[in-house]
Amino acid sequence: MNRTVLNHVYLVLFGMMGAVARYAVELLIHTGSFPLATLIINLAGCFLLAFIVRFLTWMPWLSAQMITLMGTGFVGSFTTFSTFALESAQLIRVHPLIAISYILTSAIGGLLAAILGYRASKLLLIRFKGAFRHGR
Amino acid sequence: MAVNFLLVAAGAAFGVLARVLATKYISRKWGHAFPLATFLINLSGSLVLGCLTGMNIGTQAALLLGTGFIGTYTTFSTFNVENIELIRRKKNRTFFLYIGCTYIFGILSAFTGFAIGSMIENNLLT
Repeated sequence: MNRTVLNHVYLVLFGMMGAVARYAVELLIHTGSFPLATLIINLAGCFLLAFIVRFLTWMPWLSAQMITLMGTGFVGSFTTFSTFALESAQLIRVHPLIAISYILTSAIGGLLAAILGYRASKLLLIRFKGAFRHGR
Repeated sequence: MAVNFLLVAAGAAFGVLARVLATKYISRKWGHAFPLATFLINLSGSLVLGCLTGMNIGTQAALLLGTGFIGTYTTFSTFNVENIELIRRKKNRTFFLYIGCTYIFGILSAFTGFAIGSMIENNLLT
């Protein structure tokens, strides 16, 4: 099979896994009016993506293609902005206070989760420094 | 139950491809100063998801097109990592512009989409 076509097939597979994981979390977590499932999915995804692009990129046994599949393919598909936007738009009309707390925790939490992913990567890289034969 | 997972996965296949191809196309055309690709993807996705929800499509269509396709097409993680990258590169103005516009226009898009969808449902579909 053509290399580019094969890359896209892998990408589709990782994207499907990310979306199915998101759907599974949505089924597992049921709360009242606060959309906790989407919040957990999105914050976990921010941490994971930052960790992948900052830590796993340095793993000699992982190719650049594998990093893209895990980051853009899996985590990119796991998290979702559209569901967040729709939930916020619908909450504003009925529960404005819940809506504002949802938007703020998503916005600040998303940034903090990504920073945490970077920090965790940095700590791990310092700890394992020298353990890798080559890195980028 | 298993069918629901298959619907989500089927929609996701097209959603991830649409996101990756749109990102490639947009960033090749407009460069990288402002993360325009993710911005446009998230806004258009919010508009379409709002529209689908307003149209009151059935549960299974919502899983295929909403949770599967649009849910996968848009992304929250890339958006946040791009923001952190902007902060790291000291592009503070771009950061505030990007994060502010995404949240304000993203939620407005979902709102507008929902209004359009409800209008379509009330006037065209019965």
